[in-house]
Amino acid sequence: MLDQISIFLENKPGRLAAVMDVLSKANTDMRAFTIADTTDFGIVRIIVDDTEKALKALKENDFTATRSKVIGFTIPDRPGEMSKVIDILQEANASIEYSYSFMGSRADEADIAVRVQDNEAAEKALMDKGVKIISL
Amino acid sequence: MDKEIYMSEIECAPREEMELLQSYRLSRQIRRVYENVKPYREKMDAAGVKPEDIKSINDLYKLPFTVKQDLRNNYPYGMFATPLSEVVRIHASSGTTGKQTVVGYTQKDIDIWSECAARALARVGGTKNDFVHVSYGYGLFTGGLGMHYGAERLGATTIPASAGNSMRQIQMFQDFGSSIVCMTPSYAISLIELMKENNISKDTLHLKSGLFGAEPWTEEMRREIEAGLGLKAYDIYGLSEISGPSVSSECECQCGMHICEDHFIPEIIDPDTLEVLPAGRQGELVFTCITKEAFPLIRYRTRDIATLVYDRCKCGRTLVRMLKPQGRTDDMLIIRGVNVFPSQIESALLSVDNNATNYLLVVDRVNNLDTLEVQIELRDDMFGDNVRDVENYKRRLKHAIDSAIGVGVSIRLLEPKSLTRSMGKATRVIDNRKIKNKFEKN
Repeated sequence: MLDQISIFLENKPGRLAAVMDVLSKANTDMRAFTIADTTDFGIVRIIVDDTEKALKALKENDFTATRSKVIGFTIPDRPGEMSKVIDILQEANASIEYSYSFMGSRADEADIAVRVQDNEAAEKALMDKGVKIISL
Repeated sequence: MDKEIYMSEIECAPREEMELLQSYRLSRQIRRVYENVKPYREKMDAAGVKPEDIKSINDLYKLPFTVKQDLRNNYPYGMFATPLSEVVRIHASSGTTGKQTVVGYTQKDIDIWSECAARALARVGGTKNDFVHVSYGYGLFTGGLGMHYGAERLGATTIPASAGNSMRQIQMFQDFGSSIVCMTPSYAISLIELMKENNISKDTLHLKSGLFGAEPWTEEMRREIEAGLGLKAYDIYGLSEISGPSVSSECECQCGMHICEDHFIPEIIDPDTLEVLPAGRQGELVFTCITKEAFPLIRYRTRDIATLVYDRCKCGRTLVRMLKPQGRTDDMLIIRGVNVFPSQIESALLSVDNNATNYLLVVDRVNNLDTLEVQIELRDDMFGDNVRDVENYKRRLKHAIDSAIGVGVSIRLLEPKSLTRSMGKATRVIDNRKIKNKFEKN
């Protein structure tokens, strides 16, 4: 299971830049990044090298930020592989709340983060089917 | 339009005659309330004023003021001056923390109120030949029943439409031949918008005039309502504590509202020093009910800021005119005709989230409709990582506030420390509505 930081942002110019500025000054390396947005607010989700340090920096700068868990897994980078993973999750009755991919690339593999209601059970289901789980 | 003055012997009376009548009624009223209403007796005793000290309106200043808190302290019937067996009707206005302000009327009170409402309708051209369409809400709110009884008193054909069901309202305008409407100005605007959406021309209506009140409105809104509904739009003022709509209303000159001062004596005071201000000065409006039997308020501070003008109006009436209220001396907001106190919103917020203490209320007027946005800082402990939780939190806050104040609000979540922290009293309300009133001097 991976630590993820979720940050609440008002939907107005400059807010994302402010988050990135805080992370940059804290010398944080981002491994994965995504934004969920609605008409009036957004949630930025990141996976970083040092969750503790990043969270502390964000709070010191008055951001609403929380830590939560996501499942990280690695799949071969070719057609049909993600579909297989989704099938496994579906069989395990784990419905996906959200999912995003990691930054950085290797020639033949992709890293994915996924959040379901019961992370533990879903992670076990993936492991049982031989999906490579990431732990940082 | 030839407008007959409903009670010219009163409405056009010379000032000395009006003052004689007021003095006579005032001294009798003060004797009555001193005998029958304990809170008044106690206040007057404490101030060292005896009923016999009040011989004319020149003695009015000696009397203690009455404020809304007095009504709350004596909730529900403690300020009534007649036995409850004489009371034929109750009305109530929204209160801050659940407790409403309860007012009562004897049959004579209802008769006088109806007569004042009939005067108001006559001032805008109403006669027995008119169809008076009342779209104020009927119920504890005084708007609906107040104008209803006034219209019947005038002998007009009364259409008790109440508020809501807008398409049907428009159809009634068309089919029943409504000639005078009574409603809040914001409801008029929303009907006009609905007519535009449905390609209904104002030429299919038969309206000639309308009395619009219960909330502040601008000259721009007046023009829009007049153009949109094809009528002349007039302002009407009232508050349930004094009686209801028609305490004052405009005549055809649209130059301030004539107060029914044979029943309600107005004063303007400085809200800080409580001194009575001379005519023409702006200050807090105070009323003394000199004919009310069941619920006669003495020197009641309305919290409305207004100005009184005593010169004779072009219409021929000598009744003093009050200029459109220019705001409030307390923090009450009027949102789409509904009285809202920030404290009501605060307790609703806290009922959902007892740490939601950093908030700001932003009032605005968009397309002539009042909007109220409640801005709240979202804290870590209310932020559950996903959109659904945040939306749920917003929904719960909105539901609690909407049901507490009876007006729909929008919720805006802010990042922490977005709202300015002040060292003293926090700024809780920003009212962006620009109520500008161009007043034409006679």
